[in-house]
Amino acid sequence: MAQLLQHLINGLAAGTIYALVALGYTMVYGVLKLINFAHGDVMMVGVYMGYATAFALGREARASLLGVAAVFAVAMLGCALFGFLIERFAYRPLREKPRLTALITAIGISFALSYGFQLDIGFLPGASPRAFPEIITPTEWLIIGDRDVVVWNWQVISLLIAVGLMVGLQYLVFGTRFGRAMRAVSWDHRVAALMGIPTDRVIALTFMLSSALAAGAGLLYAIKDTSVSPLMGLYVGLKAFVAAVIGGIGHVPGAVVGALVLGLVEEFVVGYAASTWRDAVAFGFLILVLLVKPGGLFGRVAAEKV
Amino acid sequence: MRRLAPMLLAALAIMAAACEKKTQPAPSGEGGAQSPGKASNTGTPPPASADTILLGQVGALSGGQATFGNSQRNGIELAIKEANAAGGVNGKKLAIRVYDNQSKPEEAAQAVTRLITQDKVVLILGDVASSNSLAMADKAQAAGVPMITPSSTNVTVTQKGDYIFRVCFIDPFQGYVMAKFARDDLKLNQVAVLTDNKSAYSIDLANVFKQKFAEMGGKIISEQSYSQGDTDYRAQLTAIKKTQPDGIYVPGYYSEVGVIARQAREVGLKVPLMGGDGWDSATLFELGGSAVEGNYFSNHYSPDNPDPRVQKFIAAYKADYGAVPDALAALGYDAAKVAIEALKRAKDLTGPSVRDAIGQTKDFPGVAGTISLDANRNAVKPAVILKVADGKTQYVTTINP
Repeated sequence: MAQLLQHLINGLAAGTIYALVALGYTMVYGVLKLINFAHGDVMMVGVYMGYATAFALGREARASLLGVAAVFAVAMLGCALFGFLIERFAYRPLREKPRLTALITAIGISFALSYGFQLDIGFLPGASPRAFPEIITPTEWLIIGDRDVVVWNWQVISLLIAVGLMVGLQYLVFGTRFGRAMRAVSWDHRVAALMGIPTDRVIALTFMLSSALAAGAGLLYAIKDTSVSPLMGLYVGLKAFVAAVIGGIGHVPGAVVGALVLGLVEEFVVGYAASTWRDAVAFGFLILVLLVKPGGLFGRVAAEKV
Repeated sequence: MRRLAPMLLAALAIMAAACEKKTQPAPSGEGGAQSPGKASNTGTPPPASADTILLGQVGALSGGQATFGNSQRNGIELAIKEANAAGGVNGKKLAIRVYDNQSKPEEAAQAVTRLITQDKVVLILGDVASSNSLAMADKAQAAGVPMITPSSTNVTVTQKGDYIFRVCFIDPFQGYVMAKFARDDLKLNQVAVLTDNKSAYSIDLANVFKQKFAEMGGKIISEQSYSQGDTDYRAQLTAIKKTQPDGIYVPGYYSEVGVIARQAREVGLKVPLMGGDGWDSATLFELGGSAVEGNYFSNHYSPDNPDPRVQKFIAAYKADYGAVPDALAALGYDAAKVAIEALKRAKDLTGPSVRDAIGQTKDFPGVAGTISLDANRNAVKPAVILKVADGKTQYVTTINP
């Protein structure tokens, strides 16, 4: 029983991080119908920005509340700028081209980033995994029995941040003018432009927002697992993408639910079966969802726009 | 939304194609792979000429085993530098061409093919990880180019053929050594095993450990596994914790073990962790922090060894690279030394002559122990047990074959 509870907590902690990354996929897909395969690697870049900031701050400063805020701020803002640049120079020139072209470019950027960051030149981090500096001192918040079940502060913090961001995003999309513009662009960006919506700006902002989210998620991931490496984006990105598809890509709460489900499924498979089974079950689950409910758990299979 | 399914398929197909392509000889794929290192002191690879002997190295310079590959490269470079300073081989200077395999077998196979067909090297050194060496051994054997792996301990590597040698002990021995140490010295009774099921190395060590530990009267109470590249091991560790072991055998590589150690302490496992030479890297201490303290692993050599030969090597290495050499550097150095000695003795520089010369290596004084190659082209050497203490490794004992 205690073991089950612990697995549940671990699974939720893993799931919330997938959720934050999945939200980025879902937003960009929602607006552009583009699966941004470089999203996970943008996250990795954000993590290294946070890593550099934490080191620059030094041991004392980075453990303070202000220090943590600084690390998050630098990583998220830096990553937003990075996302803007990618959109401006890699995706925008291809916007009127067949969708597949942008998809291939995204995969190209993904590999360029994850392998480029392994080069040992100048500020680049090199190939070896690095230990992420402790910016949130791990504390046990809740201990049941003889450490049978342990809840850590970062698990609670991640969950709160993820839920907060999800609610905020839902409000942004459905409750603000910018959100309405986003939805209009998603419906048909040419017509939206004719109606006076600054399409390019909306798309750029969406990319910046999703990249900032990715950086935030990446930092939570780094706090959780302490090891960061240039290849982490490929791995987390793929899982988050699967989560977004399970939930129904383009659907904000769906991405979160899909991610939590995936996190829990993986945790239970590893805990009760074997880790060999983890990816097989996770991707098997994806196939099952697509077979039974092709739009994902929450997605609607919409009629093709004419 | 109806477009999603075909798009998804297309995406997966492209990703598959992208992965597929890498296994084929890419014309420019190796472009940046040539040792770019700031520590490169053998200079730019000179063109093959009459007064140079060109050796080849394939190493994991990037990816999950990168610190291994770079240590190995440093050791090899040091040996070559010393040999050239001492006049080279029969009046010829030595040069080495290094390719990165990104810690992937398919890249290793491609790189070794390039060394053989394009660069026409007389001998190949590498790789660190057994999975990569296995991919290389097939190619080297088929082409009749001798290959010496400094540190691939998997049994099957040298079984690939009579051109494949190694200067380290083999995996079953390491599994045996740790089982013996766990029973006799640590007095452990029930042990859990956590294996990296993507690594032939880890699986082999774990299998022999399990068998020997049981033969010595111990009990394996839990078997869990993970995959290279994972960073979250809480599920496995939670399951292991439930069985209340006296110790955990984790024969993986440093990039995972550091994190495993940290998370083991986090879930409340206070028992010692044990491992093999895959732990030996400064990155282990960085990733694991204080959590790796008090754990044990088997290794090829200890920098604490007062032998003047070892200390002289350490001093030379420190002067060039500013760090204490790990076992991989020592083995790289030994492998290159064995190769150079063999080239000196060989009748000529053709594959068969070099192979025969390497095979005759007897009582060669390496820094990681004396090297005599047996009929199966394996070195027979003792292993040392090291304990992690104060962010360093501490010599505990030597266990003989």
